Amino acid sequence: MSALLACRDLTCRFGGLVALDHVDFTVNDGEIVGLIGPNGSGKTTLFNVVTGIYPPSDGRVTFAGSDVTGARPQTVYWSGIARTFQRSRLCLPLSVFDNIMVGNHKRLNHGLVFNLLRRRAFAAEVRRNWDEAVEFIGIFNPALAARLDEPVAGFPMIDRRRIEICRALISRPRLLLLDEPSAGMTHEETRELMDDILLVRERVAGLTIVVIEHEMGIIERITDRCVVLNYGRKICEGSYEQVARDPQVQEAYLGVAA
Amino acid sequence: MPARAPLLPAIAFAALAILFGILFLAAERERAVAALFVVAAAAIALAARFGAIDRVRASIRAHESLFYAALVLGLLAVVVWFHDEHFVLLMVTTSLLLMVAALGLTVQFGFAGVVNFAGAAFLGIGCYTAAVVTKYTALPSILTLPLGGLMAALIGSILILPVLRTRGHYAALVTIAFAILFKTFLEVNDALGGPQGILVKPITLFGWNFNQPIKLGPIEASFYVNYLVFAIILLVLALVVVRRIDRSWIGLSLDAIRLDEIASASHGLDIARWKILAFTLGNFLAGTAGALYGHVLGFIAPNNFTFGDSLILVSIILLGGIGNPWGVVVAAFIVVILPEKLQIIQEYRFVLYASLVILILLFRPQGLLPRPLRDYGLRAGRSA
Repeated sequence: MSALLACRDLTCRFGGLVALDHVDFTVNDGEIVGLIGPNGSGKTTLFNVVTGIYPPSDGRVTFAGSDVTGARPQTVYWSGIARTFQRSRLCLPLSVFDNIMVGNHKRLNHGLVFNLLRRRAFAAEVRRNWDEAVEFIGIFNPALAARLDEPVAGFPMIDRRRIEICRALISRPRLLLLDEPSAGMTHEETRELMDDILLVRERVAGLTIVVIEHEMGIIERITDRCVVLNYGRKICEGSYEQVARDPQVQEAYLGVAA
Repeated sequence: MPARAPLLPAIAFAALAILFGILFLAAERERAVAALFVVAAAAIALAARFGAIDRVRASIRAHESLFYAALVLGLLAVVVWFHDEHFVLLMVTTSLLLMVAALGLTVQFGFAGVVNFAGAAFLGIGCYTAAVVTKYTALPSILTLPLGGLMAALIGSILILPVLRTRGHYAALVTIAFAILFKTFLEVNDALGGPQGILVKPITLFGWNFNQPIKLGPIEASFYVNYLVFAIILLVLALVVVRRIDRSWIGLSLDAIRLDEIASASHGLDIARWKILAFTLGNFLAGTAGALYGHVLGFIAPNNFTFGDSLILVSIILLGGIGNPWGVVVAAFIVVILPEKLQIIQEYRFVLYASLVILILLFRPQGLLPRPLRDYGLRAGRSA
């Protein structure tokens, strides 16, 4: 197996705070990796550094063989990494279709002439993408597919997550970063969403996923491998069983045994 | 597919709107004006009560081009009706040109979220370009329109860097500073007429001087008809461009960067590129409208382009509904015509605008005509 994403010695400091401390993190083609750790351990920061939202203080990030260290978020997106956010970042007043199309940016024609003058060709492109969006959201929830023209603000959290994942997937990324997709959801909803994610992996060939998650049950069920962070350092890596047995991990989650 | 909505409500609405416009413009006495206003408000409330508004809306959506054609025809009817009344024609022309400038602000603020409190300055750049071009060069005077737009876009590009690097209140401050600087610059610049102002020569097209009255047999029409017809053309063009932008991937990208820059950047949108496009296009529209406005006024001075005038443009988009081109049309009509009709409030018109804006922000923050969801101009894309 070849490494799709490789972070070497990745470090990110905010003033005196070391949010990421020389982290080595590799994701192989086709696997689902769980990124776990207590609050404030640097999981989201890792995502933000990889996707170019924060510049790293040190270290390298390579994706599919090319160096994307410190690249702009736009470049990272074009290279084939898509993500969702811990606190849903959808455009609430826009329709479901519009939100999904924001994620489709690189596959849409943004030329002035095309958009303003060639309205027939534009309409054809809209129809094509509409059908595609219906197909994608249909994987998650067929009921959503009929409501593409409604504003996102009217949907419950679980549907918003689905829409956000669709927005990330529509551009056919090779790597999907899911930042705590179950945040703010009930157990039942979380289970549903995880089924969806497994389904997506089945349907979308060659998709690699990194998921940040707190619920161990989910990690156990969907991931092939886990990486544990604590205070910005990688403290453990391996299968769920290995990680769960590791004394350092138990300490990080439960505190030091008296 | 649902049955196509009938055409009648859209046409009836267009006819009523135009008829109301004519009555409103023709009303001389303040009581008549006030009565018309009350009647209109009551009619709208009743129509909403009985679902007529939804029917009209569906009908307009189904027959958009016909509805627009009816409106333009109606405007031409207004021109014919008031063909010899200078003042009415000037008022309508002014409101149409402010609509074009406010459409520019709609692209900037309503779509891309780039605040611009210097709308009147960009309008003024257009005016002064018209004055300078006709005074110092032998270029055909009709070229002042695109040149005014280009100048506004060009001078606006000075502001691009600070506007891109600041956000919210700070970006607003940058444009406010520009608005004030612009007026001061005009006042001290002798080549541009200084505080006294400068003459703008009329447009001449194929030997036809726009400041000549039009004679058709026994009928003599005011020379303002020339300008009004021109303003109608300009407004239609601006509306088409702005509507098409709204219903395109470009409009979607502008909305996305306004609503969430981080999410947009993470999906490949180049924030700076879209903000520059929106800002430049908006200034171009304001400058083009300004050039024609300069010819209409015939004489311009720095006092025509104060910060207060910029605020009027902002209040037009707040009142009409941020991001809705049709809201701009309705609001510009109200903001320009109402104070002229009600002489009592003329002196207090800034008080009127301010209270209108405050009332709108308090009770209907989405404006008189809230912006609808984007529909891309096809039957919602539901391919049957």
